[in-house]
Order: sequence, then C-alpha cells, then structure tokens
Amino acid sequence: MSAVTVPKADGGVVLTLLRAREIGIALLIALVVLVTALHNSHFVDSNSVQQLLSGAALIALLGVGETLVIITRNVDLSVGSVLGLSAYVVGDLFKYHHIPVWSGFVIGTLVGVAAGTLNGFIVTALRVPSLVVTLGMLYVIRGIDGVIVNGDRIDPESIPNAFTAVGYRTLFGIPWLAIIVAVLVAVAGFAMRSFRASRDLYAIGSNPDAAALAGVPIQRRVFSAFLISGTLAGFAGALFLALHTQIDNSGGIGYELSVVAAVVVGGVAIFGGSGTVVGAALGALLLNTINQALVASRISAFWNQAIAGALLLAAIAFDRWLSLRVTKSLRSAEGAHREL
Amino acid sequence: MAEIRTAHRVAVVALSAVLAGGVLAACGSTSNKNGGSSSNPAGGSAGSSSGGASGAVKQGLKVYFIPKDTQNPYEVLADKGGQKALSELGGSVTVSSGTTDTAAAQQPSIQAAIQAHADAIVIAANDPAALCPSLNTAARQGIQIVAFDSDIQCGSNPNHLFINQADTKTIGTSEVDLLAKQINSQGEIAILSAAASATNQNAWIKYMKEQLKKYPKMKLVSTVYGNDDPATSLTVLQGLLSAYPNLKGIISPTTVGISTAAQYLDTHKDVAKRVTLTGLGLPSEMRKYVTDGTVQSFELWNPSDLGYLAGYAAASLASGTPMQAGSTFQSGSLNKTYTMQQGDGELSVVLGPPTVFDKTNIDQFNF
Amino acid sequence: MSSDLATPATRKDASAAKSSGAREPVWRRAARWETGLVAVLIGVLLWASIKSPTFTDPSTAFYFGVNTGYIAVMALPMTFVVMTGEIDLSVASMLGLSASMVGYLWHHGWNIWAAFAVALLVGVVGGALNGVLVARFGLPSIAVTIGTLTLFRGLAEVLLGSLTIPTIGDRQFPQWLTNIGVNSIPGTQVSWSMLIFIVLAVIFGVVLHLMPLGRAMVAVGLQPEAAQFAGIRVKRMKFWLFVLSGLMSAFAGILVTLQQASVSYNVGNGLELTVVAIVLFGGVSIFGGRGTILGVVLSVAIVGSLQMALTQLNVSSDKQNIVTGVLLLISVIVPNGGEALRRAREFVRRRAAHEPG
Repeated sequence: MSAVTVPKADGGVVLTLLRAREIGIALLIALVVLVTALHNSHFVDSNSVQQLLSGAALIALLGVGETLVIITRNVDLSVGSVLGLSAYVVGDLFKYHHIPVWSGFVIGTLVGVAAGTLNGFIVTALRVPSLVVTLGMLYVIRGIDGVIVNGDRIDPESIPNAFTAVGYRTLFGIPWLAIIVAVLVAVAGFAMRSFRASRDLYAIGSNPDAAALAGVPIQRRVFSAFLISGTLAGFAGALFLALHTQIDNSGGIGYELSVVAAVVVGGVAIFGGSGTVVGAALGALLLNTINQALVASRISAFWNQAIAGALLLAAIAFDRWLSLRVTKSLRSAEGAHREL
Repeated sequence: MAEIRTAHRVAVVALSAVLAGGVLAACGSTSNKNGGSSSNPAGGSAGSSSGGASGAVKQGLKVYFIPKDTQNPYEVLADKGGQKALSELGGSVTVSSGTTDTAAAQQPSIQAAIQAHADAIVIAANDPAALCPSLNTAARQGIQIVAFDSDIQCGSNPNHLFINQADTKTIGTSEVDLLAKQINSQGEIAILSAAASATNQNAWIKYMKEQLKKYPKMKLVSTVYGNDDPATSLTVLQGLLSAYPNLKGIISPTTVGISTAAQYLDTHKDVAKRVTLTGLGLPSEMRKYVTDGTVQSFELWNPSDLGYLAGYAAASLASGTPMQAGSTFQSGSLNKTYTMQQGDGELSVVLGPPTVFDKTNIDQFNF
Repeated sequence: MSSDLATPATRKDASAAKSSGAREPVWRRAARWETGLVAVLIGVLLWASIKSPTFTDPSTAFYFGVNTGYIAVMALPMTFVVMTGEIDLSVASMLGLSASMVGYLWHHGWNIWAAFAVALLVGVVGGALNGVLVARFGLPSIAVTIGTLTLFRGLAEVLLGSLTIPTIGDRQFPQWLTNIGVNSIPGTQVSWSMLIFIVLAVIFGVVLHLMPLGRAMVAVGLQPEAAQFAGIRVKRMKFWLFVLSGLMSAFAGILVTLQQASVSYNVGNGLELTVVAIVLFGGVSIFGGRGTILGVVLSVAIVGSLQMALTQLNVSSDKQNIVTGVLLLISVIVPNGGEALRRAREFVRRRAAHEPG
C-alpha cells in the first residue's frame, strides 16, 4: 500500500513513470475514440469532439482540487454541493440584482472560497477525519442551497449572453470552457512540480510522520488544499451556470463520486502521496469519452451504467497492476545498482 | 485527572445534547410556514350544479400535496396551484416530500399525512407501484387518494383518481404530429427522455410509438435517457447526434431534456439547421429559443392549473363526491365542470388539451 | 501550541487516538460516545413528543421500523467493514441489483423463494467481487466500491430497464409476504424489518464484542501489520466481510421489495451515504478499530426518529439534510473538540504553574 514511498529519492525515474502513466491514460482515450470512430466516423467530427472536451471540463476542474486534497490523504466530498450552491447564487444575482458579468465568476469563486475555508478549518484546526467532515458538509451545503432556492429556478433569459458565451464559444474550434480548464490544469500541474509547498503535499501524503519531522507545516498545507478545492468548485459552479444557462437546486448532485472516480482513474492514489492533476483531468476526459462513445456506438441506453462501472473497475485494477510492475522494476533496478 | 475525565464526559454529553437541541429548535421554529390555511369562504361555486355530486365542499379540509421532490420547479408551480385551490375552498395544503426523486423519500410524507388524519393526499409518484401499500393504508383510513403528473398503478388497492395533465394518448400522439409537421413526416427521429423508470415518460413514449405507425417514413431510431440532469442530457444528446448523423428530429418529453437540447441547438447552428426539436417544456425556459427561431413549437399545460384542479378534485372527493365514473365536480376559476372517466382501467379527469407554444403566443405565458 | 500544529492531520491523529485508547480500555472510550448518544436520543424523543402531536401515536413506531429497518440492516455489516479500516459504498446498488433480480425472475415466472435464493447469491457474488479486488489485489476499497456502485446499479438497469415489477400481466407478489410493509407484528407496533434488524444487531454485537473474531476485527482496524503478525488472516477476513456486506445488502433488497410489493431498478438510489452516515454517527471510527454495535443501533434510533418527527412537523427536507449533515459533523467534532478542550486546559494550567502567583 505505502510501498510507493520507497523510491522517492530517485526523482527522475519516478517522474518519467508518472508521465508514462498519464501517457497510458491518454492512449486509452485515443483507443476508445479510435474504436468508436472506426464504427462511426461522426464520433470525431468537430461538434462531437467539442462536447467530449466541454462535457469533461467541469469534472476535470473539480478533479484538480480533489487531487490536491487526496494527495494529502484526505478527501473532499462536498464539491458537488459547493458547485450547486455557487451556480445558484450567481444565477440568482443575475436574475434579481443584474450584477455585471465578470462579477458572476468572482462571486461564484468566493462562495467556493468560503466553503473551502470552512472545510479546511474543521479538518485541520479540529483534527477531524475529512471524509466525515466533507460528507457532513455535502448534506449541509445542499440543504442550505435548497433553503435559498426555495423552489425557484433561474431561466436562460435571466442570464447575460456574455456570461453564457463562456459555455459555448470556441476558439480555433476548441470550446472556451475546455481552454479555461486546460490552462488551470496546466498551471496547477506546473505548480505541483515546481514549488516547495506543493511538494510538501506529496510528502504529507506519503508519510505524515516523516513530513512532520522534516518540518513541513502540515496543517497549513492541508488547509490550503481544501481551500483550493473549494475555490475551484465555486468557480466551476459559475462555469456550470454558463454552460447549462439555467439552474435550480439540483446542480452538481452526485458529482462528488464522479470526481473521485475520475481522479482515481487518473492515477491518483486514494491513500495519498502520488498522482498528478494532469492525470486526474485525463481521467475525467476518459470517463466522459466512454459515456459518449457508448451512445454513439448505438449500444442500448440500459447498458451505459453497467459498462461504465465495469470500465471503471478495469481502470482501477489496471492502474494497480501498472504500479506494482513499476515498483517491481524499480526494485530490480535498485538491486542491479547495488550489485554493480 | 479523574476530575477532568468526568468533566470531559459531562461536556461531551451536554455539548451534543445542546447542539442537537439547537439544530432541532432552529428547524422547529420555521416549521409551520407551509400550512398557510386560510378562512376564505368557498368561492362562489359552492352550490351544487354538479350532477352526481353531493353538494358543497367541506370547510377546513387538510390536503397533503406530495410532489416528486420539494424543489422541482414544475412541481412547485403545481403545488402553488393546489394551495390556491384549497385556500379558496377554506381548507389547507401541506406540501411534503424529499429532496431526491425516490419512492422511499415520499414514504414518510404519506405516513405523516395518515397520522395527521388528512382528508386527501395528492401525489406525483416517483414510482408507479412502490407506494401502493402505504397509499392503500391511507385509503383504508378514509383518506382520498389523488395522483397527478406521474400516476400510480395500484389496481384497486387503493382506488384513486388520476388528474391527467392532458390525455396521455393525446400527449404522445400530438408530439409526434407536431414533429411530423415540421419535418414533412419523414426522416430518422429520436427521443430524449428523463429516467428509464419514469412512469409518465414511458406512458407517453408508448403512445408516440403507436402514433408513429401512421407515419411510415418517420423512423424512431433510439430512445436515450438524460436522467433529468443537464450534464447527462448533453452527453447523451451528443452521442445521439454522432450515432445518427441523419437524425431529423428529437422529441424530448421532459422540461430538463428539451431545454438542454434547445441550448445545444442554439449554440450549434449547423446542427439546428438539420435537426428539429420539440417536446414538453416550460415557456419561461424556452422563450429565448422560440424567439430566436431555434425551436419552432413545443407543448405543455399550465402546471399551476394542474395543481389547482387536483386541489379541487381532492376537496370534492373529501366532501363526499363518490370516486366513480360519472361523478362531477367544479373547478373554481377554471370555470368548468369536470367529470371522472374510466379509461385504461383507471379513473381519471383530463385537465384539457395541451397548449402548443410558438412565436405567436409564447409571450403570453409566464410559467 | 507549536507542537500541536506539527502533528499531522489525519492518520497520525487516528494513531494518536489509538495509542491513548491503548492506555484506557477501548470500550470505555466508546461508552462515552454512547452515553452522549443516549442523551441525544432521549432529547430527540422528548422534544418530538412535545412538539409533534402525532409523534406519540403508536403507528410512529411501526413507520419508523418500515422506513429504517432495511437501511439499518445494511449498517451492521458496514460497521464491520469500517471497523477493519475499509468502506463499502456499493451497498445501496447491491440492494437495487438484488431487488431487480427478484423482480426479473418473478416476471419470468419463477417461484418467489427461488428468486430470493438467486438474489442472495447475487449478493454473495457481488460482495466477493468487492472482496477479491480489495483483499486479494490490494485495491483501495473506496475506489473499488465506487466502481461496483456504478456496475451493480447498471446491471439492475440492464435487468429491468424501464419496467416496474409486477408490470401489467404479472402475478402480484405473495400477499402474506408483502404484508410486512403494511402490518406490524401482531400485538405490537414493531415492523418485521425492525425485528429482523434487532435480531441481527444482537448477533452482530455478540460477534463483535464477545467473540475472538470481533477482537480480531478490532485488531485489524487498529494495527493491520501487527494483526497480521499476530496470526490473523487479514486478507481473508476482509474478503469475507465484503461478502457479508453484499449478502446483507441483497437481503435488504428483498426486504424492500416485499415492503413496497414492487421493484424498479433505481430502488434505494443514493442510500449508501445514508448508511455510512448512520455508522459514523454511531461512533465507528472511519479509520477502523473503534466502534460498537450499540452505538450504531442508537444512531439508527436517533436518525430514524428525527426523520419521523421532522416530517410530521413538516420541516422541509432541505432542512432535514442540514440536520443530517450537522449530526455527522457533531459526531466527529464533539469527541475531538473535547480533546482540544482538554489540551487547551492543560496548556493553560502549565502556563499558570510557570507563572508566579
């Protein structure tokens, strides 16, 4: 389980392997696309590809924050509720207070900041297991959302066109939504590799005791991870509204499990210490591609969920197999080293 | 040390009790909001012009409205209609349901209605059969059972009245007709439905399939399920468009499905050029797309009127109107006498033909 | 202060709790939580009896049983699974799959008992799948069971699709069986599913607290490696616990089918988080090794009677969600908060000792 911590010293090799893992997921996506396209070339026409990207974008964005949290051996189950609350609050302000377009994104993000701060505070200051805290927050935030929404609904005509444009406009044929998320993933990916603070997250997840001894400010780092996760979920709420152009109290219900699934498929170890945001984003893309491919392949709709579940299990198992092989080859490489 | 430990134990107990108590008190204080009983005298028509009915509606009737969930905007409109009806009749409505569309979430509300000795239950069932045992218990205690929006299939256990938004068959056939008119009765078409287990959707789809026999050149190639979730609806819609590049038309008999599809077509003009969309939608959600020409026409009834009619029906039954074919009741501001009819093995009344919305009339509707 | 901040967030805390638990008997730590639960339960019952005119109606007890009995049945094996440091998120989907299997076979003319047997078998097989993936291949249970959550529900959809059983032309389920949904045990207000839960709870309680197997589970949850060295076959135990969880969930599927006298593929959708919430609120540690069946039973009683009372008082379901969430938060914050309080007090005392006067 935590044997992965051993080869930490060998940074170069590990990095290559992590990259190889992302390449593996990318190849899997390519395979799904290819197989489907062989059946049906329309699967790769521009509209379809755009939907592949923008359909995965929100889960991928939530996956970035979730990755940071999971790397520290925690989990954030409240992201779906935060997204729903943020989306509704922004929609409500558009409808009844006619706020400027840009402020929609700011306010949505702030809702997330508040939720992330609260999660982070409870988990770190009160030292409470995050699974329980965020499960509780899932209910609490969804309930608050319901009390605020109170049966209302925000219609497309209440939301400024300039705001919804973010949801459907494209640049060189790529949806804005996908570009925004890709940029954020890239920034996060860069940050995770370059900054000391982000490397601390891996240290905390691989071995908390060692990290503490090494002087890593654990509580502060874990708090930041929750803050970022909440913030991104809030921002994702604004994007959700831009994409779907209407909102009631049901936005983002059940997303928490989709996000965790995407992150796990993307190669992030659920017990912390390893994984990348790029992998998580690719995981989201893979799952969405599979869902869309099933319909495009004219497979009966009743089979969708069963096949998606089986593929999810296969992905987890494959990932484990891969990492076992990696550890093995590392060990033998190490052994060879010693012999020399 | 021992002192501290005892103190700690006391603190834990006290704190949990206080916290729990606090939460409960906070909820309790706002609990009675929905009751909204009113002592308005019965509006005008309380006299009995009705045929087999037994005269005036009783005062102070307690009716439980149990929607699919408490937040579904469509159901909220219907519940408000029901509240309006009962307040006109001098009774009260309690709206009670869960936050998820499951039978289990509606069960406690039925029990609460039984325990409160409600006079009638008006329910939009999340499952056609799962609630039958509890509803039957309710009926045996003298509570009148009325279903609306999504019917129950309980046989005669219990007997109930279904308030049909529009004749089930008419909805199915008219949507096919509506689409046929727009695509010259030919080409591949598909259905974008809600959940696979949704009773009302499946009933309409059944009649759509029958009606399609009249259009030999129209071919139903697929039915996909968006689970009334916009993201899932979008994904399956795109899959559908890839799977059937020659698709000419889509019928989406669910408000979430049609508005999601309309937004997609609105932002993909190339697809909108070849694919025609119709179905059941709320005018307020669809106005934008009808005004800009993305969608030509779709249909629905007034959900508020539906709830209003259900409220009148429930009140009438609870006042002694027999639950049988031929019984009649008044419907307040709908200005119509409704007659219960036996059709498809169950008792129902039909609100009226669905309204078709297009550019010419959509601005007149605000629900 | 600084030394406090330096302690790692989660696992470490758990192990800290474990080591302090070693100094004082585990049952005593747990007993405190249960004392709190008893107080909360009494508070809830008193409050509900005063506030809600129908709460003291005898039928409340029966409805409570019907609503929570089958969910509570899933909470028992979940307790075992969580005790050993794992989690099973597929329980509600397994309930749905088992119920759908009963419906499917009934639709195809099978005898009801044969259909039940197959449904239970499906539970065993599904649980074994979880067990193999977790125990044998060492995959994280949270990930595996999210996968099987999707898979089992998907298979249920494949079996029934848009059908609700019994559909037109089907036989009705045998009425003497479906009566468990409408009639209580004669002479009482206890529902059959609640009786079944109570009997099972006694059995699970005896196994957990009085038998070597239970002590082994605790050991596995506290120190998996040490347990392994002590000769406990950790993998095999986990495998069988997942099988048990599958079997019991399948049984809950049969119960709910009978109570509702019908089945659709989406029955029990989303209940997994409810079950987890009940178990955690019952004082079972998410890190394993700590928890009692009594706590879970009390938790069932509190959650179930709260739901009854709040619905009777027509508190909106959104606010009920808030209550559920707050209860969960309390369940972890209060014990830890007490600890924090003690830490703070010790800190102050040390300060006072250092300073003169």
